[in-house]
Amino acid sequence: MSLLKVKDLTVTLMTGSGPADAVRRLSFELNHGEILGIAGESGSGKTMTALSILGLLPYKGKTSGSILFDGQEIVGFKAEQFRKIRGKDVAMIFQDPMTSLHPMLTVETQLTEHLRHHRKVSKDAARAKALELLDTVKIPDPASALTAHPSQFSGGMRQRIAIAMALACDPKLLIADEPTTALDVTVQAGILQLLKDLRKRDNLSVIVITHDLGVLSSLADRLLIMYAGAEVESGITSQILTSPKHPYTQGLIEALPDSGGSGKNLIAIEGMPPELGKFPSGCAFHTRCRFAQERCKQDWPTQVHFGSQGRIYCTVNPSAHEKTGQS
Amino acid sequence: MSNSIIEVSNLSVEYTRNGKKIRAVAGVDIQLAPGEILGLVGESGCGKSTLGKTIVGILKGAEGEVLFNGKSVEKIGRGRRDPHFLNLQMIFQDPYGSLNPRRKIGEQIADGPMIAGVSKSDALKKAQSLLERVGLPANAVDRFPHQFSGGQRQRIAIARALAISPTAIIADEPISALDTSSQAAVANLLVNLVEEFNMGMIFISHDLSIVRRISDRVAVMYLGKIVETGKTEDIWNSPSHPYTKALIAAIPHADGQSFVPLDLPGDVPNPAFPPSGCRFHPRCPVAQSQCSSVEPLKVSLKDGREVSCVLQEAGTMPKAITF
Repeated sequence: MSLLKVKDLTVTLMTGSGPADAVRRLSFELNHGEILGIAGESGSGKTMTALSILGLLPYKGKTSGSILFDGQEIVGFKAEQFRKIRGKDVAMIFQDPMTSLHPMLTVETQLTEHLRHHRKVSKDAARAKALELLDTVKIPDPASALTAHPSQFSGGMRQRIAIAMALACDPKLLIADEPTTALDVTVQAGILQLLKDLRKRDNLSVIVITHDLGVLSSLADRLLIMYAGAEVESGITSQILTSPKHPYTQGLIEALPDSGGSGKNLIAIEGMPPELGKFPSGCAFHTRCRFAQERCKQDWPTQVHFGSQGRIYCTVNPSAHEKTGQS
Repeated sequence: MSNSIIEVSNLSVEYTRNGKKIRAVAGVDIQLAPGEILGLVGESGCGKSTLGKTIVGILKGAEGEVLFNGKSVEKIGRGRRDPHFLNLQMIFQDPYGSLNPRRKIGEQIADGPMIAGVSKSDALKKAQSLLERVGLPANAVDRFPHQFSGGQRQRIAIARALAISPTAIIADEPISALDTSSQAAVANLLVNLVEEFNMGMIFISHDLSIVRRISDRVAVMYLGKIVETGKTEDIWNSPSHPYTKALIAAIPHADGQSFVPLDLPGDVPNPAFPPSGCRFHPRCPVAQSQCSSVEPLKVSLKDGREVSCVLQEAGTMPKAITF
């Protein structure tokens, strides 16, 4: 059975100009020990999807649809119900470890806080667990690291501490929102390897949110590509990256510096992603799609399946993309 | 090189922090030719932005010299600058921070030409045509920065840099803050402008895959020093400095192989206390005993590359390095 089952999730935020759907009719599943990558540009709803699982939506966000986490329906949870699972069963790490760690508190205080709160363990037991966690995330000299403050560590080490903090209560699900975007490429790989090791060791399920397809290629088993709050394509990572089926996914991959184009010129997707509250009707991508037809403007795109796990949302017959898609 | 637009020789830049002098740039030589894109890469904190800012004169060099078309670049002060340097422009990473939120786009672009003596109406006309050139509607002149998206704002910043027909542009992470789909478009715009106006551009970036794609030459910087320079192809095909090798091997590729790239152990050291000898030696897998005491000399390779590594001096660089 899957750990997380999201069905027809819609997240509505209260913006200055009225309610707007940031996530629209999203359905996906995550198995135990699986790493799912959610990719999309800013405003595509990937972070809002994650925050709805944690009950941390901003702008008076409301959810509808269903999120089954470990057999439990989360949609409709009250604040105190979320507090019971957040940090314990579901944990999250963010892009910038300097803002997710408290600058004035020692590493020990921050690492033991969850344990003391959720598990009511003694101070000594919490300290022992904290040392073990620092060792897990490969912080050199864990004993002295405990008494240090976040500012005494480099960016990569801070992200490791943030991961240790997230792991404190042995969560079933870890959500990592742009975990390596703020890091140098030379330390990024270490964090990717760490996440992979944790999945293997603890059978941890991970959702990685990023715009970086290179990172997802290294890390994710399956991908979910989002545009304007909705899924455009999902499937096995290697299949999506080597033979994308949706015109948007094709465009994203072609735009990468080491793929398409000739000479110094890259292949760019014309136009720009729509803003929240201004998502085009029908298939939101129709305004930028080279295959768009009249019906794409009205109809919610059709679900088309490929192989065992591949799926796109596109009204136009996808075999047409392949014939004319490669220029 | 006599045909260089920018010639940086033995440049050092210092900051003072807590009474201690920090050498962010320590003896750098680079040249930029017309029509050339030079990629400047390195980890954060290596001094690449400081170098860029010193080249245009936002910061003052402690030692050495920057020549722009043969004239020494002085730090920008309160007084009026020599009009010679109008043709040397900079684009910054964050177009939210580099545009004035309270002034119309057109006025901000017209500033440069007006300082160069163009009348206001002509300068505004020029602003319109530049906005069209960078792919924005001409009526954008009467609008404000907040009415545009990140990618569009970066185009505005580019239009402003182009307003007085620069011959050289320093672009500091110009596409890093943009969305994936605008990155490719803005990169294309920069490449086309460099060709169209035969400008030189120093493209500062931590994103090696884009640097590989658009740069003619690459300079790799580590802790204030350039460790390797050369033609982009040569550097990618056979990096000759261990640090360059590590940087290239660390790039993840979206090829669907679940391959985790190389992790270079350790962090960039504190520039206030740079390691002795070769600054990379504490992280270098092939460091020799002399690397901690002897500063490596610049060696010229057959293909014209310059690299600072004792193993290249001695000709004993191993073919493959495991990190």
